[in-house]
Amino acid sequence: MAEIKNYTMNFGPQHPSAHGVLRLVLELDGEVIERADPHIGLLHRGTEKLAEHKTYLQSLPYMDRLDYVSMMCNEHAYVMAIEKMLAIEVPVRAQYIRVMFDEITRVMNHLLWLGAHALDIGAMTVFLYAFREREDLMDVYEAVSGARLHAAYYRPGGVYRDLPDSMPLYQASKIHNAKAVKKMNENREGSLLDFMEDFTTRFPICVDEYETLLTDNRIWKQRTVGIGVVTPERALALGFSGPMLRGSGIVWDLRKKQPYEVYDRIDFDIPVGVEGDCYDRYLVRVEEMRQSNRIIKQCISWLRQNPGPVIVNNFKVAPPKRESMKQNMEELIHHFKLFTEGMHVPSGEAYAAVEHPKGEFGIYVISDGANKPYRLKIRAPGFAHIAALDEMVRGHMIADVVAIIGTQDIVFGEVDR
Amino acid sequence: MAANLNLLTTNLNAIFANRIVSLENMLGELTLVVSAVDMLEVLTRLRDDPDLRFEQMMDLCGVDYFTYGSEICEGGAYLKSDDALNAFPSRFAVVYHLLSLTHNIRLRVRVFAEDNDLPILSSVVNIWPCANWYEREAFDLYGIVFTDHPDLRRLLTDYGFVGNPFRKDFPLSGHVEMRYDPEQKRVIYQPVSIEPRELVPRIIREEHYGGLK
Repeated sequence: MAEIKNYTMNFGPQHPSAHGVLRLVLELDGEVIERADPHIGLLHRGTEKLAEHKTYLQSLPYMDRLDYVSMMCNEHAYVMAIEKMLAIEVPVRAQYIRVMFDEITRVMNHLLWLGAHALDIGAMTVFLYAFREREDLMDVYEAVSGARLHAAYYRPGGVYRDLPDSMPLYQASKIHNAKAVKKMNENREGSLLDFMEDFTTRFPICVDEYETLLTDNRIWKQRTVGIGVVTPERALALGFSGPMLRGSGIVWDLRKKQPYEVYDRIDFDIPVGVEGDCYDRYLVRVEEMRQSNRIIKQCISWLRQNPGPVIVNNFKVAPPKRESMKQNMEELIHHFKLFTEGMHVPSGEAYAAVEHPKGEFGIYVISDGANKPYRLKIRAPGFAHIAALDEMVRGHMIADVVAIIGTQDIVFGEVDR
Repeated sequence: MAANLNLLTTNLNAIFANRIVSLENMLGELTLVVSAVDMLEVLTRLRDDPDLRFEQMMDLCGVDYFTYGSEICEGGAYLKSDDALNAFPSRFAVVYHLLSLTHNIRLRVRVFAEDNDLPILSSVVNIWPCANWYEREAFDLYGIVFTDHPDLRRLLTDYGFVGNPFRKDFPLSGHVEMRYDPEQKRVIYQPVSIEPRELVPRIIREEHYGGLK
């Protein structure tokens, strides 16, 4: 009889299913995993240390680069922590805009997750479908902030500017002639809100399409049902949050339980799983996209009816208007001081958490009263999830590792920071 | 929420009494400071007591209070004023952010490590398994040692990295840089060639500066 021995296999950091730069050292018994040792830190940029050397406003764009598929939610936690320490009340319109963009971000994140997860497991089509809708949301990002990914749109005290009255239009090119471009621009003639409203009517049908491809698909179920099961007790002990926690059947959502901004005025439901396996987490995330769509709809109708300021009128925190800056000396000085010295946050500490698409994203700031944070700690949901990878993959096959990394929705920007 | 906080304050005072070093309510967040000797007992009780039930540890982070409250900067390293020296019992602390799903409330626990040269604290892996990686991170970035940790290795820094990068006396530029050496035909490490510089000086203004709260 041949001698059987365990062997160790290296997975990543350049594996397409490693979702970035994850190096996994797997100890195998045949094809069964006995131990997994994730090596992270290949994308460690020291964001927290960098933030200690920059003013509060200068660190804001770093937040986009943490979880680079749900940019605005990261910014949200950051500005919330600063606002808490400064005791600023954000204008209601800005709160609605934030909630709307949080949900747009959630849909964007889940679309990328769905596409990438399906691609990892072997379904190619969903990726193409999901990115079609994601593109529209990217355009909304671009219209509002000028950037498709790293928006830097939320600012302490509100949002950078009000929603624009027009959407960027496609131009005729070699690929698209004038007639085709006219059709592509059909829903972009109005304001951003018109475009979003059109999107919210289209989107539920798109989600139905993804579900047609996956939910009852035999192969999809074989790859996800019963894989990576986490009991509710373990999910709590392992520090899970977001869809990972809800997939195990625990009803916990910060938007409901500790509502921030205007989530308490908005009507939506929280989906929860039963089994705690990959399939349940898939169902939870798909339903979250539908719920986000509902929230966006409510925000649109409110925003249409209620114009108003979108950032506080406090020049120690937010810059003065461009026109007044050109005419008044005082405003000019305020502008200069804000962008050179930056704002001073009173000494103390604060922890602000939001329901990020991946879970609880928290920012812990310690300030000693200076214009820079003394210590900034980023609580990334993915960090706790990937730490539990070892426990989740034990006893599974190599192919299931890919499914489990996918279901955890890992993005290395936030895990490594 | 405020009523919950008051109830929690009462409960904490009743349960831990003289083991509390300080208990402070600031910005609607409770901060409990306990000594390193009592920490395991207190944290276990925080998780298990039916009136507290902090079943989740959301975050654990190291803090270096070395230059707290100082604003003068020379060549990347901060100088300290005497008041700042006395503001904290010691240099390193670990901050735990706990969450109770049962009572829907958060609590921050801070534990100072007594020794400044070799900060040692007890590991809480046996209380909250998720502390495993968080403690590895604090060990890596701050050099805080956690006793009884099952696998205390570096986590975020490069293989073979020397030093604790998040300590306040570690320069932002680091100590070494890496480049490819065409003569030796391999990647080599050498001392950094960047001059430390500060773009925006660190300034602490008086309280209520410019009418700000």
